[in-house]
Amino acid sequence: MSPILLAEQVLNGLQSGVMLFLMAAGLTLIFGVMGLINLAHGSLYMIGAFAAAAVAGATGSFALALVAALAAAAAAGALIELVVIRRLYARDHLDQVLATFALILILSEGTRWLFGSFPLYLNMPPALSGTVSLPGGIVYPVYRLALIAVGIAVALGLWWLNARTRLGIRIRAGENDREMIAALGVDISKLYTLVFAIGAALAGLAGALVGAIQSVQVGMGEPVLILAFVVIVIGGIGSIKGALIGALLVGLTDTLGGVLLPELFKLFTDPATAAATGSAFASMAIYVLMAGVLIWRPTGLFGARA
Amino acid sequence: MSMKTLLAAASLVAMAASAQAEVKIGMITTLSGGGASLGIDTRDGFMLAMEAAGRDDIEVIIEDDQRKPDVAVQLADKMIQSEKVDILTGIVWSNLAMAVVPAATAQGKFYLSTNAAPAMLAGKGCHPNYFSVSYQNDNLHEAAGAYAKSEGYTKPFIMAPNYPAGQDSLNGFKRFYGGELAGEVYTKLGQTDYAAEIAQIRASGADSIFFFLPGGMGISFLKQYADSGVELPVMGPAFSFDQAILQAVGEAAMGVKNGSNWSKDLDNAANAAFVSGFEKKYGRLPSLYASYGYDTANLLLSALETAEPSDAEAFRAALKAADFDSVRGKFSFDTNQHPIQDIYIREVIKEGEVYTNKIVATAIEDRSSAYVDECSMN
Repeated sequence: MSPILLAEQVLNGLQSGVMLFLMAAGLTLIFGVMGLINLAHGSLYMIGAFAAAAVAGATGSFALALVAALAAAAAAGALIELVVIRRLYARDHLDQVLATFALILILSEGTRWLFGSFPLYLNMPPALSGTVSLPGGIVYPVYRLALIAVGIAVALGLWWLNARTRLGIRIRAGENDREMIAALGVDISKLYTLVFAIGAALAGLAGALVGAIQSVQVGMGEPVLILAFVVIVIGGIGSIKGALIGALLVGLTDTLGGVLLPELFKLFTDPATAAATGSAFASMAIYVLMAGVLIWRPTGLFGARA
Repeated sequence: MSMKTLLAAASLVAMAASAQAEVKIGMITTLSGGGASLGIDTRDGFMLAMEAAGRDDIEVIIEDDQRKPDVAVQLADKMIQSEKVDILTGIVWSNLAMAVVPAATAQGKFYLSTNAAPAMLAGKGCHPNYFSVSYQNDNLHEAAGAYAKSEGYTKPFIMAPNYPAGQDSLNGFKRFYGGELAGEVYTKLGQTDYAAEIAQIRASGADSIFFFLPGGMGISFLKQYADSGVELPVMGPAFSFDQAILQAVGEAAMGVKNGSNWSKDLDNAANAAFVSGFEKKYGRLPSLYASYGYDTANLLLSALETAEPSDAEAFRAALKAADFDSVRGKFSFDTNQHPIQDIYIREVIKEGEVYTNKIVATAIEDRSSAYVDECSMN
């Protein structure tokens, strides 16, 4: 394998990592602040993608489509929090899992009812299509570079929000002691709705950005949700820094594992068998990574709570 | 005998007669979740033929398997035991078919496949009550392999998901291509990002690409491939270029060559009637799956003209005769009860605003299946 191919695969791993981060950040924020396991996070990703596809189809503008995705996912998130999630904070995690699983089914069938069963069309803006030559002779799609840039920008924005704003102080306080900040006069229920809407908007943004290079269809959120859970378990539940590091680790392991393991098996066996066995081992790679991290650090890389 | 008792007796006889003539068909297919468009087209094609026949002595029970093997098994049990169906049909996915078909045929029910036709059921696991109306799973991939060979490609890069149908696909391609490969890659089932594979294709020095990625996987790959700057000829089986999916892929699919045993431009009267009837009734163009559903219903209707499912021996012979006008033109069953048919190469084109396919070549004539000799029904 040439160094150029390897460098390209590292970029691919980074790109898939930062998109995972958008999902995992919302998930970990919601868990950290409210102690809620939200299985319906993947549905918010789907809502973002469908809203973007619908608006892009009607107006032809990708920028408007992104705005619509953020708005639709945030609105859906806030609505879900007000109507359903609010009743679940005091319940145990099993009740939360059951209720949010029901939300997956309702949102999926609702989306099918609105948009039909056939996949929708959403494409990247012409300005970002095509490829660019990077130093060292790597030919790389512009859109994927843009995705990496957006991911980094969101990570910086979240850091700023968390560390430098009043809202961030409240979020951190809410993570540590929710009774106390309620006693100090912070409207905790409004804070919860806001945090849920921010998490939902991030998922919607990821859905719209990724939807442009994938297929916009019902059920697209669930495979990503599973990966996002792996990310927050590796990073430590509730930690945004952990979500970022975890997402990059998972993205890189997943991409490089899929490329390198079949190559490794080719040293021992014929190409057809190597391709099949290597690919089978590659799909386990991130779970092996997760198990390894948990043995080393049972609360994840940056997990504070026991 | 009073008038009243006479009437009662007559109505009893009439009831008994209608109860005898009643044929129950159980359709298990995917109507919700990610693969729903395939099941919906299967159902719509099947019902189009059923309604055209206008036989009110046939009852079709339709249930949604949600693409889950356990749900499909439960539905099949319910249909066989409490609904007492005579014939089962409709399953889209091979893993669901493997869970349902052997048990159903072992209980003496007929199963007519509208799509899934795994190698096992065509070879060692063939059964007198099992008929595949669509194809054998390998067929469309074999056509692409034959096409690659006839085009003189010398270094194709081939790719499929790592599950039984994916392995069958690459084996089918290699069976008829028979030359050297630039690379052979198995992706994860359900994978949505193909950046790593596209980088490998670019580095491999391939002269063409063959891929089998059904459903959303194919849409994702084609969109990413179109934007990657790699410009090699692309081939695949018809599934990733079918009517239901093409509009979501858009421009990226133009010019792709795909192996298929049906196309809307096949020139025969049955096909013309099917395409216009489907478009009129449902307001969209039919897909491959709709054509299989339609053919399955017409085969069933032709067999019911001469025999009842209760007389298994006669009904089987009637099915085997395949005395119906297939939308594919030529159609007959081999000894393993899978079709012998021509397999074509189609090209993705644009008609007005709609992406669709046209036939450009016949890849393999009178193709049966690779496993026919393993079947004991010779």
